[in-house]
Amino acid sequence: MPETLTSSEVVTLTINGQEVSARTDETIMEVAEEQGIRIPALCHISGLSDIGACRLCVVEIQGSPKLQPACVTRVSEGMTVSTHTDRLRAHRRTIVEMLFAERNHVCSVCVSNGHCDLQNLAVECGMQEVTLPYLAPKLQVDASHKRFVMDPNRCVMCTRCVRVCDEIEGAHTWDIMGRGVDSRVITDLGKPWGESDTCTSCGKCVQVCPTGALFEKGVSVAEMTKRRQFLPYLKTMREVPK
Amino acid sequence: MSKAKVATIWLDGCSGCHMSFLDLDERLIELSEKMDLVYSPLVDFKEFPEDVDVTLVEGSVSNEGDLHKILQVRERSRILVSLGDCAVTGNVPGMRNAIGVEPLFTRAYNQNVTLHPQKPHGAVPALLDTVKPVHQVVPVDVIVAGCPPSASTIYYVVSELLAGRLPELETHTRFGA
Repeated sequence: MPETLTSSEVVTLTINGQEVSARTDETIMEVAEEQGIRIPALCHISGLSDIGACRLCVVEIQGSPKLQPACVTRVSEGMTVSTHTDRLRAHRRTIVEMLFAERNHVCSVCVSNGHCDLQNLAVECGMQEVTLPYLAPKLQVDASHKRFVMDPNRCVMCTRCVRVCDEIEGAHTWDIMGRGVDSRVITDLGKPWGESDTCTSCGKCVQVCPTGALFEKGVSVAEMTKRRQFLPYLKTMREVPK
Repeated sequence: MSKAKVATIWLDGCSGCHMSFLDLDERLIELSEKMDLVYSPLVDFKEFPEDVDVTLVEGSVSNEGDLHKILQVRERSRILVSLGDCAVTGNVPGMRNAIGVEPLFTRAYNQNVTLHPQKPHGAVPALLDTVKPVHQVVPVDVIVAGCPPSASTIYYVVSELLAGRLPELETHTRFGA
C-alpha cells in the first residue's frame, strides 16, 4: 500500500444519510462539495484560507451539542453530518437577515444587483423579508482611490478582501477596525484608500468581494460582475509540489 | 359567482410596481373576468371599500398619511400583499433612514434653496422618523420582492390568490429583480 494512503488517513463518514469516503485533511465543506452538496457560505471562497466567520455553513454533527462550521471542521471516522435540517435552515435565514439589517443594502440601486452573493443567499435561504429592525447606520463611502470604490453600506464583513490582499497579493492593505457590529474594513491604518502606501491597485479585493461593497469606478447599477477565476489558479501555481 | 374585490394602494414608492401591473397588458382583461378593481391609483374611487379580498401595496410607510392608509387598508383587506422592494425592504425611500429627518430637511429645503427657504408644513403629511417596510407596521400575508416585480410575477401572484392559493414565490423573484 502506498505510504500516502494508509488506512488512518482515509475515513468513512455519513453526510445527509449518504456514506462517503474522505481524507482526514479535508474539511466537511470540501467533502460536501465533492459530493455535489451545496452548503451556503459567504466568507468561504475557494483559494483563500477559511476562517469560519459568517457561520452560514454550520452543520449538525451527531453527538455534538454545538453546530460546527463546515469550512473549518475536518472530517473524522464515523462522523454523521447533516447539512440541511430545519434547525440549520432557520439559523441560516436569521444570519442572512442580520446581514441585511446591519448595513444599508439597497439591491435595486446597487452595482452588483443580479451578481451578488448576498442577494443569492437571500433566495437560497428563503429569506423573503427582514423581520429584524434595520439598524440604518450612517457610513461614509470611500471613493478616494483612482480606480475603485469602497462602500461600507454594502459590506458584510466576510474579510475576503483582507485575506486576498494578505495571502495572495502580499500587501496587507486591508484590515479590520473596531469590534462586533461596529467592525469596519479599513485600508492601512484607517487612511483613505487613495492615500494608501501599501495598496498596489491590483484589484483582487474588488474581484473577491461578494457584494457591491468594493467595485470599479465607472460601473452603474447591475454592471459590476466579479471575475474570480484567477484565485484558485494563483493558489495552485504557488503551492510547492510535494 | 361574484367577482373578487381587488385593490391596490401606492405609499412611498415610484409607481413602478403599478406600471408593472399595467404591463400585464391583455392578461388584465383575463383577470377582469374574475376580479373587480375596487380601489387603486389606476381607477377613480375616493374611499377605500370596507370589504376587500386582496390588496396589493406598493411603497414603504414613510409619512403619517402612509401610516393612516396602511392601518385602514389592513383592517379592510382579507389578504394584504407587499408588492415590490419599497414595501418589502424600504428600498430607496428607506435610504434616508441613515440621514435623519432634520438633516434631510435642511439639505433639501434650506441649503439648496435661495427663495423662501422653509420646511414643508400644513398641507403635506409629516415624515415619520423612520421609513419602514409594510410588514414592520402591520401583518402582511404575501411578500413579493422585486424592483419592480415583473408583470409575470404579479400575474402569478394575483392568479394564485384568486384561485384561493397562496403563491410560492421563492423562485419567481428576488430583491432588486
